[in-house]
Amino acid sequence: MSAPPTIGVLALQGDIAEHLRVLGGLGVRTRSVLRADQLDDVDGLIIPGGESTTMSKLAVRYDLMDPLRKHVGEGLPVYGTCAGMIMLADRILDGTADQQTVGGIDMTVRRNAFGRQSESFEAQVGIDGLAGDPVEALFIRAPWVESIGTDTVAIGQVSSGDRAGRIVAVRQGSLLATSFHPELTGDARIHGLFVDMVKGQA
Amino acid sequence: MSTTQENPTTSTVGTTRVKRGMAEQLKNGVIMDVVTPDQAKIAEDAGAVAVMALERVPADIRKDGGVARMSDPDMIDGIIEAVSIPVMAKARIGHFVEAQVLQALGVDFIDESEVLTPADEAHHIDKWAFTVPFVCGATTMGEALRRVAEGAAMIRSKGEAGTGNVVEATRHMRAIQGEIKRLGTLDAAELFGAAKELRAPYDVVKEVAELGALPVPLFSAGGVATPADAALMRQLGAQSVFVGSGIFKSGDPAKRADAIVQATLHYNDPEVLAKVSRGLGEAMVGINLEELDDSQRYAGRGW
Repeated sequence: MSAPPTIGVLALQGDIAEHLRVLGGLGVRTRSVLRADQLDDVDGLIIPGGESTTMSKLAVRYDLMDPLRKHVGEGLPVYGTCAGMIMLADRILDGTADQQTVGGIDMTVRRNAFGRQSESFEAQVGIDGLAGDPVEALFIRAPWVESIGTDTVAIGQVSSGDRAGRIVAVRQGSLLATSFHPELTGDARIHGLFVDMVKGQA
Repeated sequence: MSTTQENPTTSTVGTTRVKRGMAEQLKNGVIMDVVTPDQAKIAEDAGAVAVMALERVPADIRKDGGVARMSDPDMIDGIIEAVSIPVMAKARIGHFVEAQVLQALGVDFIDESEVLTPADEAHHIDKWAFTVPFVCGATTMGEALRRVAEGAAMIRSKGEAGTGNVVEATRHMRAIQGEIKRLGTLDAAELFGAAKELRAPYDVVKEVAELGALPVPLFSAGGVATPADAALMRQLGAQSVFVGSGIFKSGDPAKRADAIVQATLHYNDPEVLAKVSRGLGEAMVGINLEELDDSQRYAGRGW
């Protein structure tokens, strides 16, 4: 048996502790990542939920944006939830004028697409390749994926209502992103999928 | 039946998880009081995670006197238009109609706030009745848990708003953190006694004992004026801070806002704190609590 991988959580802002807790329950080593040199010590990275414009601004200000791009370019597995999904998008809509992203996933993501907090909701979402029931998904001022490139795979969509068919989970190679927050619902299956991706087993 | 809504059997708005989840997203970020769209932009550019839209910052409410109420809807709209980060606004304690108005305006979070003049001397707002999440102030564990029981999705220390004096926020944060530790040491029988002493529902008291934390995020507010104040509250266990008068009553708001964002993030790194504490210009003057008449103390408002 090889040593368990170390998965970092980008700790600029948002629900960092919740991701660390879920990862801890999956038997991997964890660490918070606040400086570029800490990226050298991780086998995978989670970009948490939070406010994407704030996170982007802080990543630029603390010289993390370029190192993040470099590591993603070199194949570091990264999973982004909500704001983290926006950070992984090559193109965004409804961001602020100066909002940068790390990029990596060939997709266009619309920020706050599901509306303001009064419209935030929960729903069941089936995820391709995940055994068992659909996941309970919390959408909080959440983005959706407007369009994807040929190498990107949509693995989860809203199933009913007027937003039916909207893409809310995608995968492209070693990169994974969801509009919603599995770190808040006590269902570790999507984190489990990401750990398998980090181990090269999925 | 409306066809523009999600099917209610598979999707729901305003659930407890959705409201608390929103509070979780704000953690480790700074929430700043603003009174104009221009201030809101400055706050957003400095890296605020949300802004609190209000008509007067607490320092001016103290100075001007009179009844302090919910802000003008036009003013709140102007701030919602100006920024893309979440916008919060304050309702008076117990004034559920102000809260209904704020929810209708589309604010992302409501602060049922002691900084405004209370509208009900016995009851707080039934926050379960709303889809928008609420934050409430607390000075003690009992107060915090009564607010959670009423549906608050976030608790903040009250501190003493508009004074630029962090001593009350420190007192409240230490009181709540101390009580979290104490509850963790109690057995089942003692927890029933604790619930009675705290005047809070047993289930919520038990949850705190088991979690070793409040069931909702705990922030700090009331008197934070410097980067070191923000870091102090974080080191005392606050998951983040609200800054009211401290920024826009100082000499260089943009610079101070930026410094407080950095200090909130790097709260455990004295070298960063030293760096960001330099060259900020004048801090707000501040008020010593002994100089405040009892009627001028906001932290006592709430029941």
